[in-house]
Amino acid sequence: MTSLWARVEPLLARVQKPARYIGCEDGAITPRHAPGKVSWLLAYPDTYEIGLPNQGLQILYEILNERDDAVAERTYAPWNDLETLMRQRGVPLFSVDTHRAAGDFDLLAFGLAAELVYTNVINMIDLAGVPVRSAHRDESHPLVALGGHCAFNPEPLADFVDLVVLGEGEEVIGEITEVVRDWKASGRTPGSREGLLRELSKVPGVYVPSMYEVEYDGPALRAVTPKYADVPAVVHKRTVADLGQWPYPKSPLAPLTEVVHDRLAVEVFRGCTRGCRFCQAGMITRPVRERPAEQVRTMIQSGLRRTGYDEVSLTSLSTADFSGIEQVTTSINPAGCGTSDTISISLPSLRVDAFTVGLAGQVSTGRRSGLTFAPEAGSWRLRQVINKLITEEDLYGALESAFSQGWYRAKLYFLTGLPTETDLDTTGIIDLARNCVQLGRKHTNRASVTVSLGGFVPKPHTPFQWFGQNTTEELRRKVQLVRDAGQRAKGVTVKWHDPSATLAEGIAARGDRRIGNVMERVWRAGGIFQEWSEFFRLGRWEEAMAAEGLSIDWYVHRHRDEHEVLPWDHLSAGLHKDFLWLDWQESLAEHGLPDCRWTPCYDCGVCTGYGIEHVVASATAPAGGSQGTGQDLSRGGEVPVTLLPRRAEVVAP
Amino acid sequence: MKLRIRHTKLGKIRFTSHRDTARHWERAVRKAQIPLAYSAGFTPRPRMSFGLALPTGAESLAEYLDIELAEHADVQLDELPALFSAELPVGYEVTDVVLREAGSPSLQEDVVACDWELTLEGVTHPELATAIEVALAAATMPVERERKGQRSTDDVRPAILHLSAAPPADDPRPRLCATLATTGRGLRPVELLAAMFPTLDPVDTAARVLRTQQWIERDGVRREIIPADPVAARTPVECA
Repeated sequence: MTSLWARVEPLLARVQKPARYIGCEDGAITPRHAPGKVSWLLAYPDTYEIGLPNQGLQILYEILNERDDAVAERTYAPWNDLETLMRQRGVPLFSVDTHRAAGDFDLLAFGLAAELVYTNVINMIDLAGVPVRSAHRDESHPLVALGGHCAFNPEPLADFVDLVVLGEGEEVIGEITEVVRDWKASGRTPGSREGLLRELSKVPGVYVPSMYEVEYDGPALRAVTPKYADVPAVVHKRTVADLGQWPYPKSPLAPLTEVVHDRLAVEVFRGCTRGCRFCQAGMITRPVRERPAEQVRTMIQSGLRRTGYDEVSLTSLSTADFSGIEQVTTSINPAGCGTSDTISISLPSLRVDAFTVGLAGQVSTGRRSGLTFAPEAGSWRLRQVINKLITEEDLYGALESAFSQGWYRAKLYFLTGLPTETDLDTTGIIDLARNCVQLGRKHTNRASVTVSLGGFVPKPHTPFQWFGQNTTEELRRKVQLVRDAGQRAKGVTVKWHDPSATLAEGIAARGDRRIGNVMERVWRAGGIFQEWSEFFRLGRWEEAMAAEGLSIDWYVHRHRDEHEVLPWDHLSAGLHKDFLWLDWQESLAEHGLPDCRWTPCYDCGVCTGYGIEHVVASATAPAGGSQGTGQDLSRGGEVPVTLLPRRAEVVAP
Repeated sequence: MKLRIRHTKLGKIRFTSHRDTARHWERAVRKAQIPLAYSAGFTPRPRMSFGLALPTGAESLAEYLDIELAEHADVQLDELPALFSAELPVGYEVTDVVLREAGSPSLQEDVVACDWELTLEGVTHPELATAIEVALAAATMPVERERKGQRSTDDVRPAILHLSAAPPADDPRPRLCATLATTGRGLRPVELLAAMFPTLDPVDTAARVLRTQQWIERDGVRREIIPADPVAARTPVECA
């Protein structure tokens, strides 16, 4: 394996942001390749700026490079200016660490965070000089692997990949390495790829799509069954029981050029049991596993010292829920981090309540401009349907607290196209925003609220997986309702996500293997970087669906029934399908479900099925908000006393 | 304490931008645990100011910045170059750290010209010699550019203060040495090549663009910002 640098270098004088392609980051590891080692190329199928901060990739990069039998490098999707030059001059996809050709690695492993990058995955496989379909590859080609949240329905990419990892990669990546290492040691003989894939399919958490037969019954899916007796009928996700055992990344990557999250990130917990019914991340990452507060502190200190950053982001799906949050935020001492400068702490995914804002106030240094909250729906009724149990009082309390403490801009995230949503719910978004502005004007004339509106895409492994997504026309109509109402509301600005991109996301999110041909057509028609509006054209997707004889209505807009075989039924995040169905019915009955971290278990299946549990330092819900608990916790830290009613009977949709 | 620093920027990191360089310095100084002075106000910024931007893709033996240390900073000036170099990305080498003269103008205001060494691809030694002669003999050198949608033509000949061919070295390719003014209508190295070799693609022609010196003027005499170490012959470094 040799470096392509001499061929890449002249191209970089001709492209935008060439620093994307040079590597050299602080924290980058000098890879030591050796014949006996398994070489991984960890790929993020989006630009460097978006991919570099990805924590999953950084964690695996480090864990693999610590092993004696593995070496890992990184690559990101080249922007189309460089790609054009690469294709003209026959330069294949390369790693940023040592500029080795992607095709020279044993594994090309993609982390997938969003569906609209699927065509980039195909493009990067092709740019690597590897046949895009797994059936056309042989022993000389890398194995193409997928991981990340989208791996929970990888069917649209099933024909393009060799293996898929469900769940967290810390442990399984070593097990895969061992299987591939033994195969390499045995001589990587012609015809041995099939046997290797079969071996890999026995590793818990690994799904090898080619080991399964898919049967259809007209448009419907009849079954996805293993071809061999030793291949599991259902693949279960992997979960790290104790986050404290995995204090990664130990040497975080600090890029040489601007990236989207240009600060240190320390993951404070994994999983979320707030139970928001639209949220795939919350469903597939259960249970909650907190990192010990002391370890969080150590990771912040050593991370800041290593990178020279003066800002740390405490990441999780809802950071204010971290039991040790105040312990951590009040104890960070700049001197301990090797600097006498101030350190600012950012709390992404803010919960909507005054306590959280108070916390944000304690940790912010410098200018207070904007805070972001996600009430998601415009009425209490609809928030019960989606189980985002934020009361209006919570929201107003949060905003009051923010505006009174010097913030003057708030951004509120909402979804539209949610189950049971009426126009009153939709326009309720602006009522909330207008009230927030009025609250703010008591404190500052500059108070303003931006409403950011996204179209809802039902996701696999959630209670809403049976719901028919709104049509593009319906979403446009709802966006227009909000825009019209917004124009009459002083201090309210409305931003919205393109409903046609929402449709494409819907095709990919719940697609089956037949969507693979659609992906290939969209890619061949030039549809890369589909999450970038300058590249996205819905027409390519519609034409591809029509050419394959597939109905958008059937895949996207149709409500599913209880007994339909779903394309991801053979892949498990641990959630019982009947729990999800019951929760779907509860949703339609407008019933909320409390957070099981602090209230009795309702047996979603994850803890009981996998013999794991929540790792939460505090037995009581955090103070100051009712979200997800349905309780009045304004006095703080009291033992829960009331639960939301749960009806046993099933209500028809 | 106000310091003036000179450093190199060589190898792969030449593809980072001027703004990126500022980012690298901010983090490196923090990693070196040297306390900086901060501006007042709602968003305190470390007191660091940078000289003339180096074009992305160009290398340099002579980049400058000014920093101000916190009052309580306790440092040995002669230890700082090694300390900073160790914390900066590969390709930076801090060659000098000196006290900034009280009342001296900022780097942006002070620099009047830069020396460049341009390694050329697709140009022979005789072609270069001819192009130098033609350029130096020309009374004017009109260069067209588009700015904010407006096309304009400037005479850049006054910005050319010196042109010569570098003596032969290990690299057989011809090298053009140029001193270009930075005040008034400054001239960028790639613009110079476009003007000297109008039939060639200047990006392909400029195989390597190296800034070798920046000049200030005192009492009508041009001098280096920080007088350089005479043995500072430095070679490019590649990381990884």
